[in-house]
Amino acid sequence: MRKLLFQSLFRRPFTEAAPSPDDAAVAELATIVGHAARRRLGRSLSIREVDAGSCNGCELEIHALNNAYYDVERFGLRFVASPRHADVLMVTGPVTRNMRDALERTYQATPNPKWVVAIGDCARDGGCFAGSYAVVGGVSEVIPVDLHISGCPPTPTAMLQGLLALLERVDASAVTI
Amino acid sequence: MPSLTDLMQQGHKVRQHHPWPRAVIDAPAWNLAASELAQGRLSLLGLWGEPSTVHMATSDTHGAEIAVLSLDCPDRNYPSVGMHHPPALRLERTVNDLFGLSAQGLPDSRAWLDHKLWGVRYPLGDRVDALPGPAPYRFLAAEGDGLHQIAVGPVHAGIIEPGHFRFTASGETVVRLEQRLGYTHKGIEGLMSGADLERATRLAGRVSGDSTVAFAYAFSKAAEAALEVVAPDRAVWLRALMAELERLANHLGDIGAICNDASFTLMHAHCSVLRESVLRASAHAFGHRLMRDVIVPGGVTRDVNDEGKETIQATLDNIRLRFPAMVELYDITASLQDRTVDTGVLKPALVKQYAAGGFVGRASGRGFDARRALAYPPYDDLRFEVPVLNEGDVNARVWIRVREVEQSLSLIDQILDRLPAGALRTNVVQTPKVREGMAIVEGFRGDVLAWLRLRDGRIERCHLRDPSWFQWPLLEAAIENNIVADFPLCNKSFNCSYSGHDL
Repeated sequence: MRKLLFQSLFRRPFTEAAPSPDDAAVAELATIVGHAARRRLGRSLSIREVDAGSCNGCELEIHALNNAYYDVERFGLRFVASPRHADVLMVTGPVTRNMRDALERTYQATPNPKWVVAIGDCARDGGCFAGSYAVVGGVSEVIPVDLHISGCPPTPTAMLQGLLALLERVDASAVTI
Repeated sequence: MPSLTDLMQQGHKVRQHHPWPRAVIDAPAWNLAASELAQGRLSLLGLWGEPSTVHMATSDTHGAEIAVLSLDCPDRNYPSVGMHHPPALRLERTVNDLFGLSAQGLPDSRAWLDHKLWGVRYPLGDRVDALPGPAPYRFLAAEGDGLHQIAVGPVHAGIIEPGHFRFTASGETVVRLEQRLGYTHKGIEGLMSGADLERATRLAGRVSGDSTVAFAYAFSKAAEAALEVVAPDRAVWLRALMAELERLANHLGDIGAICNDASFTLMHAHCSVLRESVLRASAHAFGHRLMRDVIVPGGVTRDVNDEGKETIQATLDNIRLRFPAMVELYDITASLQDRTVDTGVLKPALVKQYAAGGFVGRASGRGFDARRALAYPPYDDLRFEVPVLNEGDVNARVWIRVREVEQSLSLIDQILDRLPAGALRTNVVQTPKVREGMAIVEGFRGDVLAWLRLRDGRIERCHLRDPSWFQWPLLEAAIENNIVADFPLCNKSFNCSYSGHDL
């Protein structure tokens, strides 16, 4: 183990340069109204991930956000275990009827201020599952969504671009008390 | 002692069903088959329904002599297989949920996938209005002194699919684990009915994201079997290339994730880097990190060029360079071994009874691997070993993945070396006639079964059976007498699919 750890001192990190924030995301986020409290969040956001019925493809790419290449934590973005600790709910999947209640409860359990990011084509409008007896539709049918990131699944880069736009928006729309 | 062939001959053989035989049998023959399953002379590969028929796919205990037995249910009921053979229990509950066909004698009459929130009952059969108000799910009771319940999910603390686990614990020790799944049920089989081949293929590739290649592969082969279409050689080899890349990426990710659940994040960090390198190579070669929508009936939608091949080769070379040190690290870190060895032991007898495949089966003595047992091309022309261990603990399931990483590296080498030239796709000619096809493909979790009926160029019925159906129940057995804190470790070592299971 020491050998592996030692190597890290001499090798270049895998971590890649940050992508620029996504234009479409910036546009979508322009409608968010700032609250005074947002200033206090600084440039760090805690994210709670909720799978509302996805195929698990989006989850794989969300996991990738935490690997050394994308290293989402260097931006102050970290994943937390409880909605009580979260600023952002990251939701995947066409909301299945069986997950609707759990999604709503998770949203209610997240203290304000909070934002919701819907990840993937299914989360936007049910995707290829829209119209099924078992599916509600996009996440916005159940809880208010601040940002959609498209893809099937979205690449980690696409997600990072969206999240960076969110970070900028949260910071920019903050109002000094 | 009736063999499978005898049972089939007693029935009425369905003509246009390929490549394995299907026969419509009567209730006594159905019961005989159930008895053969219960006695361990047959293995259950799947059990699914239609509006007024129930089917089961079986094989002998080596995975050969595959057949489908069908029983018509004009009265909407049939003799339960699950009452004799536990692996069929959840499958029969599901057949009832979706089609309203009730298994007579089924000891567990609780709904499985139906949480009473669809607004309708029997959505794929004779639809009936939902009963007012969902009744709470009756979890099984446990009696004893000082027992307490721990309820986990459906929303889980990590970045993971939803499901409910109801633990009964005595102090730290798990006395019983009961799962409740179905949270990600999207009604895929319902969406498939009436779909054209293109839409159905897209749906098949979205049943389970980490197995998008395996599911598209199985679905496409089933469609080709039905239509008697043969994919060109180059496509056959490219499919295997994608399947091995998917297996490789998932196993690398899993090995790290299992260690992560024992708080050994160093392995997870390094394994994630290797997994990422495979996804990038896959994207470079096939246009999508998970290689979604590349395998279709008739062949593949895109080719891999020399540059793509070089990227894959370079990725493999890097993995060969880096992986051994990580394996050694896993092996020599005593505190990690202390967590994984003798934890979550799954007995070989259970794995045999459930015909559990994948690393779950192979870590507990069951050597079935569809690539070897069914030898579908190009695997009949490739050199590889199927690693098997008997300890059945978390450690064994890690080691099977380690060995399979090595095998996949070798398989990819061979495929790149011998990739035949030629067309990528055979034109699929539709027919108004009714055609049925079935395929079994080895995904990274185990054997994926696809069965479909085409009528007039559209899917009349498609059933996709994820290997997790025969692994989820075994997790309940494996966790018994382990501590609650070891559950994430055990669960990750199984890594069953929620979405693949729930459909």
